[in-house]
Amino acid sequence: MKPSPRILYIALVSLAAAVAAIGIAAIVLAILGANVFDTFKVILTEPLKDIFGITEILVRAIPLILVGLGIAISFRSGILNIGAEGQILMGIIAAAATAIALPGLPKIVLLPIVFLAGALGGAVWGAIAGYLRAVLGVNEILSTVMLNYIAAQLYGFLLRGPMIDPAELQTGSGTPQSVRLPRSAWIDRIIPGTRLHWGIAVALVLAVLVYILLWRTTWGFKMRAAGAGAKAARYGGIKVEQCLLMAMVLAGAFAGLAGAVEVTGVHRRAIEGISSGYGFSGIVVALFGGLHPAGIVPSAFFFGLLLIGADMTQRMMSIPANMVLVLQGAVILSIISAKMVINDPYAFDKFSRALSRRRKKDESGKTTGETA
Amino acid sequence: MSILTFVSNVLSIGIPFSVALLLAALGEMFNQRAGIFNLGCEGIMAMGAFLGFIPAYFLQNSPLAGYANLLGVLAAGGAGILLGLLFALATVTFKAPQGIAGIGLQMLGWGTAGTLFRHFVGGVTGIPGLPSLPIPGLSKIPVLGPMLFSMNAMAYLAFLFVPVSYYLLFKTPWGLKIRAVGTYPRAADTMGINVTKTRYQALAMGGLLAGLAGAYLSLGQAKMFADDIVAGRGFIAVALVYFGRWHPAWILGGSLLFSIAQSFQLAIQVMGIKFPYEFAVMLPYVLVIVVLALTRSSAVRGPAELGKAYDREKRI
Repeated sequence: MKPSPRILYIALVSLAAAVAAIGIAAIVLAILGANVFDTFKVILTEPLKDIFGITEILVRAIPLILVGLGIAISFRSGILNIGAEGQILMGIIAAAATAIALPGLPKIVLLPIVFLAGALGGAVWGAIAGYLRAVLGVNEILSTVMLNYIAAQLYGFLLRGPMIDPAELQTGSGTPQSVRLPRSAWIDRIIPGTRLHWGIAVALVLAVLVYILLWRTTWGFKMRAAGAGAKAARYGGIKVEQCLLMAMVLAGAFAGLAGAVEVTGVHRRAIEGISSGYGFSGIVVALFGGLHPAGIVPSAFFFGLLLIGADMTQRMMSIPANMVLVLQGAVILSIISAKMVINDPYAFDKFSRALSRRRKKDESGKTTGETA
Repeated sequence: MSILTFVSNVLSIGIPFSVALLLAALGEMFNQRAGIFNLGCEGIMAMGAFLGFIPAYFLQNSPLAGYANLLGVLAAGGAGILLGLLFALATVTFKAPQGIAGIGLQMLGWGTAGTLFRHFVGGVTGIPGLPSLPIPGLSKIPVLGPMLFSMNAMAYLAFLFVPVSYYLLFKTPWGLKIRAVGTYPRAADTMGINVTKTRYQALAMGGLLAGLAGAYLSLGQAKMFADDIVAGRGFIAVALVYFGRWHPAWILGGSLLFSIAQSFQLAIQVMGIKFPYEFAVMLPYVLVIVVLALTRSSAVRGPAELGKAYDREKRI
């Protein structure tokens, strides 16, 4: 039984895309003088060898899932949110400030408030770009990128100034970090001795909720319609501008929540470099997961693995961990290219005609061979 | 300090600052005139800055040191062209959505430059960089001389490229083709213009200029390389193209305005007027958002097919 042309076509294009992405990373590795095969082996297998590696993958996957879900909402609604990095930082600030201000509350009350505060911080930051796009027509990619830089400076200012741990000033070390959050704002660890925390449950529940929002509610339908074709959606009576703003608010809220979960679950105080590129990795996670929650969760695990793997190659093979950025960039370029080629009816038509010509030739070759 | 010296200080720092923005924005102008929105400019600049830096770093004490800068500039330009063509492959041939492809290219360029830098160099190291080249006679003019005629060779060439790019875009058949494929690719195609080829050429040109802009950052301006040397200038350059209404003269004005605002802010800090430096660093990014919000109406005059892939087979 021969595979149908459609399946064969999709498989071949996807394979070519994977080869291209890995090939670009391999070129950079070759320039470094590293053994390409060994490097990939370390990245992909080393983190899976012990419980520490596996739990760390999950720890990285938590913010990646949350950010990825927000990115999926925004991309599906036709607004490209590149600002997750800044939204995470605003979420961390809001969450940490809230937790520090309300130390007396019991955990069951405080944690939800802290999460809400984080989501709100991110949502406000996202709403700025959403408003600029919906009302003033400002390109959201440029505005969110600029807001990332602004948030990074604001974050640095707060950690060095108003929010700095007074102990840092007393000892004079001046490390830019906040005081430790009160214990009632800590997310419990699942496995003692590792950093894996219950934030993973929050992320998985939200993945289901995002699926329901986008595919089982009117609001989700409107947002996806606005993203699929703004003109048609407007003709159908959908307020496209409202959808864009809503999508950016939600995307920002998810990124902000990722920041809140990260600060209460892992670091337990606001420090510099806390977002460590999750905002950008989240874009790759969302695209790799097909902008669908069911794809985003496994894709977050995979990129969590890559992030840890890259850390390990840095330690074991002294290959800079920046390498993961190269791979992510190459993955973005090849995924979106492959997606367009797969959905291009003319390219597929050419392929299937060429395929059937070749199959016919093979068959006629066989029959003539038999008769001869 | 008299007002005159203050102004001349601000300008003599601000004008050379504008070169990297100017080159990158002119490159982006060619991209966008051909209908392609290339946000990867930032990544190309990072690669250009790294490659511009590397020969100067390795050849510092060798007999070839005299050629290091030239070599760096050529490598940066060459890498820029290659990355521009890679972007063309994704967005023109495969018709990938340009905004997100640009972010991919940015991560690729930035990541590659950072990885290679950490592996081969490690820490921040200074290089001699491009020497300033005072123009005999002209540089002796009081006030104006040190401001306009004591820059390095790359800066002069960049300013010279403003009228050249105007000529290329508006007075040559090639420029007409570029504008045609950005405005009405189907009509251009019908007239026998190869849309794909023209867009590839525009992206190669844009990549070349972005690579050179990067090289200027490391060789001409900072005289060193650091991971975050570009610091969003690639994105600012894209915004300047909107602000400059896709015209070289306006883009020159925008780049000057921007970098002079920045050197003004530096000068105020030097004078001892205190405010948190984080807010000073923030200023250009806030300015970009304000500028984009204010120039919204100019979007009408942009290339009609900006951001759209051309599909020859598609029915209309």
